[in-house]
Amino acid sequence: MMYVLIVFLPLLAALIAGFGARQLGDRGSQIVTSGAVSASAILSWVALFQVAFGSAPTTIELFTWINSGTFDVSWSLRVDSLTAVMLVVVNTVSALVHIYSIGYMSHDPHKPRFMSYLSLFTFAMLMLVTSDNFLQMYFGWEGVGLASYLLIGFWFNKPSANAASIKAFVVNRVGDFGFALGIMAIYLVFDSISFDTVFAAVPEKVGETFNFLGYEVDVITTIALLLFLGAMGKSAQLGLHTWLPDAMEGPTPVSALIHAATMVTAGVFMVARCSPIFEFSPTALAVVTVVGASTAFFAATVGLVQNDIKRVIAYSTCSQLGYMFFAIGVGAYPVAIFHLFTHAFFKALLFLGSGAVIHAVSDEQDMRKMGGLGKHIKITYAMMFIGTVALTGVPFFAGFYSKDAIIESAFMAGTDVGNYAFWCGIGAALMTAFYSWRLMFMTFHGKPRASKEVMSHVHESPNVMLIPLYVLAAGAIGAGFVFYEPMVGHGYKEFWGNAILLRESNTIMTDFHNIPSWVFWAPMIAMIAGFLLAFNMYIRRTDIPVQLAKTHSALYQFLLNKWYFDELYDVVFVRPARWIGSKLWTIGDGKIIDGLGPDGIAARVLDLAKRASMLQSGYLYHYAFAMMIGVAAFVSFFFLAGGGH
Amino acid sequence: MLDWNILSYVTFLPLVGALLILLTGGKEEVAARNARQVALWTTLATFAVSLLIWINFDNSQSGFQFVEKADWLGGGINYHMGVDGISMLFIILTTFLMPICILASWTSINSRVREFMIAFLIMETLMIGVFCALDMVLFYLFFEAGLIPMFLIIGIWGGANRVYASFKFFLYTLIGSVLMLAAMITMYMIAGTTDIPTLMVTNFPGDLQTWLWLAFFASFAVKVPMWPVHTWLPDAHVQAPTAGSVILAGVLLKMGGYGLLRFSLPMFPEASEYFTPFVFTLSVVAIIYTSLVALVQKDMKKLIAYSSVAHMGFITIGIFTFTQQGLEGSILQMISHGIVSGALFLCVGVIYDRLHTREISRYGGLVHRMPKYAVIFMFFTMATIGLPGTSGFVGEFLILIGAYQVSTWTAALATTGVILGAAYSLWLYRRVVFGELVKEDLKTMMDVNKREIAIFVPLILVALWIGVYPDPFLDVMHASVTNLMTEHQASMELVKSTLHAAN
Repeated sequence: MMYVLIVFLPLLAALIAGFGARQLGDRGSQIVTSGAVSASAILSWVALFQVAFGSAPTTIELFTWINSGTFDVSWSLRVDSLTAVMLVVVNTVSALVHIYSIGYMSHDPHKPRFMSYLSLFTFAMLMLVTSDNFLQMYFGWEGVGLASYLLIGFWFNKPSANAASIKAFVVNRVGDFGFALGIMAIYLVFDSISFDTVFAAVPEKVGETFNFLGYEVDVITTIALLLFLGAMGKSAQLGLHTWLPDAMEGPTPVSALIHAATMVTAGVFMVARCSPIFEFSPTALAVVTVVGASTAFFAATVGLVQNDIKRVIAYSTCSQLGYMFFAIGVGAYPVAIFHLFTHAFFKALLFLGSGAVIHAVSDEQDMRKMGGLGKHIKITYAMMFIGTVALTGVPFFAGFYSKDAIIESAFMAGTDVGNYAFWCGIGAALMTAFYSWRLMFMTFHGKPRASKEVMSHVHESPNVMLIPLYVLAAGAIGAGFVFYEPMVGHGYKEFWGNAILLRESNTIMTDFHNIPSWVFWAPMIAMIAGFLLAFNMYIRRTDIPVQLAKTHSALYQFLLNKWYFDELYDVVFVRPARWIGSKLWTIGDGKIIDGLGPDGIAARVLDLAKRASMLQSGYLYHYAFAMMIGVAAFVSFFFLAGGGH
Repeated sequence: MLDWNILSYVTFLPLVGALLILLTGGKEEVAARNARQVALWTTLATFAVSLLIWINFDNSQSGFQFVEKADWLGGGINYHMGVDGISMLFIILTTFLMPICILASWTSINSRVREFMIAFLIMETLMIGVFCALDMVLFYLFFEAGLIPMFLIIGIWGGANRVYASFKFFLYTLIGSVLMLAAMITMYMIAGTTDIPTLMVTNFPGDLQTWLWLAFFASFAVKVPMWPVHTWLPDAHVQAPTAGSVILAGVLLKMGGYGLLRFSLPMFPEASEYFTPFVFTLSVVAIIYTSLVALVQKDMKKLIAYSSVAHMGFITIGIFTFTQQGLEGSILQMISHGIVSGALFLCVGVIYDRLHTREISRYGGLVHRMPKYAVIFMFFTMATIGLPGTSGFVGEFLILIGAYQVSTWTAALATTGVILGAAYSLWLYRRVVFGELVKEDLKTMMDVNKREIAIFVPLILVALWIGVYPDPFLDVMHASVTNLMTEHQASMELVKSTLHAAN
């Protein structure tokens, strides 16, 4: 019953706020949604302690969804340690974002709609994480996609927001294409899509092949890679990442909730959930490692030069998701989820903090027009500072525990791809420190670059926005320290139970505790180097960045334009699709099919009809045609009836 | 089971309504009002009675139920009616959509109202008849006669270019029908009966099956419509009045799919198997081709019409997978498509009634004036994209599951339609509903009124119902579909063993 409440309270709230907006008013809808999600959040923590530190996982079956032949799927709620962790992450961040939004959106005329969308998103995300089969996961998967689409395009007057929302949906659909094909393959191979049945049967299928698109391929690897394509879309991995930075068009609380803490981590969750599949395919794990590591590195390079405060954090998210994936790729699933958990706190903190900044400087997002804000908004500055040190991995803050554990796992994997991931991880750690401090320095330090008028309005946010920041800051400080031991320490087995499968041969979870000391210090040094570089360039000698951009303008443009991915896709996919579409329409349908078919004949008949219609009424040929059909019917009668005698 | 002839009552009840309208006369205005009222109440009553079919339907039975049989033309041609798990839901779909169509035409049709309503009611009788008929002659009569009212609806109450559209519509269907008729005569010559259940168990010789299959396919492929005989549909939709489009997309297209399930598969199993790759190819081409074409449309109705062709491509794939999921998915998808694309045409109708243009570029920013409309339109956009939880998803996914077992290529290529579908649907929505409200003539647009909400609410509820709990619908199909599959397998084995013996 508690689990049912956790999942369905947000849905109920979304419906009430969405359809009862007029009766409830702004305040009412805010109370209903925030209250419901907060209740869910509290219950989630109870669930975490019940499941992860206590009783066995449970599955509640609600009712049948689709039943056709042996394809039998039910709506159900499965709560095990992995789900419980996700419940806590989703509901906690969501509740805080709901409350924060009361302040942040106070000038918006569409408050009930916003709150309703947020709760709807929360519900879809909860359905995703509590699923006990692939199809319900797909339901949640697309559901969060819908909510993301609605929220990115929340300000529907902005053409850029509209474009970004469509882009997010369509690019995600490309990933979902893989996910869907993966589910179909799973059903074909296992004759079921329920987690328990499929996972139990995986070892029997190792080494089997089946025909996919004309090729004989390994069953497990193919399924794993198809599922991973889905994860790449949702978690914005290299190649399918282009929607995430654009998604920053949405209001900032949305960026914090959906595009940092929860939805984008769904891919990581999915792959961890499917650990019993991925564990049996070294090839797939290697792909996951390479993609993750490359994304971590790539996104960090782009983050170096962005000027929009939210885009910097967006690329940072993209990069951190890459870390989580390569942790999974080397077999350290618990470490990936641990980073997901800590990342949710400090990244949400950074986003909500940047929201407070944007709020303070009259909706300006360009860091080149900020600077010197530290003195005016001290609390926000402090909160952002905590988020930054947590992200960059300063000892004893959350990121230090989880991110370093990932880098260490990659090293200890001892494989080629593991080494690649390790060096990408170190490089990205350096860049992370650089762009994070660059953001801090450009925003809060130096001389104000905003206009006098804006500066005179700079104000600290109200308490309703600051309190969520305090809670998240507490998480950013303590989540790593408190949960390190149970989640990835020596007690990890008891914590995760059967939720995550590690094969006997996979010893990474014990190995990464025994690393050479230089591996322990390497990310630390990278972090300090990044900080010093940023300090040098943005505090001490502020002319360096300009110089660098000039002397290396090709590289600078390359990074600033995000490696030209958008331009490439536009040329390769978007334009050709339109061009082919219009040609198929005008030439295919118009000239060839119609030209040879009906129009050719029609032209002749119409000529005749026109001549005839001069004599008769204008509607002549309607009736003529009607009569012809009638005649056809009659003739058929005579034929058939006559044949009978 | 009911012992009164419920199928005949449901079929001919609308005709009674049509007669009543004929009898009412009086001044133009009064007559129009009366005609509307009579049509609405007749269709509602028909819907209510048709629900009795569903309530009394025995899900465990695979054969025909509520069977009625009477001598008719002699020579083995009988008045034979009955429904099974494949046809029953189509009757409910038809009777469900009719009152909605009448309501949708309430104010938008104001010339020759009596004639319009009569045409609609006659069409309802003919459409229900198609799904009930268990005799080929009876089927053919209903199937072909159904064209006449539709043809008149487009030709008289249609848009500016209605003559061209109705002519194209007529030409395509006529050619298909002639071939089907020839095939039917041939079958009658061989089997000596036009009784559908008897023909379903008759074994036609292999070579002949090929020709018969092709002849029937010609007719059904036009109806579905399949690529490349689809070009009549966009024109017909564009010119038809809203209610006409709803019935066209909602029911008339389904007759093609239903025909394949009722005739092609059970009667010509060998040929069906033989032509499966051919059907898959046409369907996949349809999905990708028409989705790309939909992407560049400038006319709302054309866009939705092209998307219909793409969606029907999924259905023909599902039918020819010969798997439980594929077949049930196809039937469910036909029901769902009837509701969702019908609703989308109604959505277009709502704004067409206000601005009298279907040009996408004339709209933009409607959400400011019409928030309720924006919600409704968004819901159906998501349903047509196949968002899980709406009806569009369940059928589509079952079809793909079925297709994947037969051909991964088909499944993979068809799935790309899911990506393109999202692109053109959201792009349409964005251009019509989102953005700033700048165009002067849009600034006085009124949001949906009570009548329009009454039209959409039942559609939304059913689309959600099928999306979340499709069991009641799928339960109806299980027995009949299983039976269809076992029969098919049995006859395929028979073919194999005779081949074996011949060798």
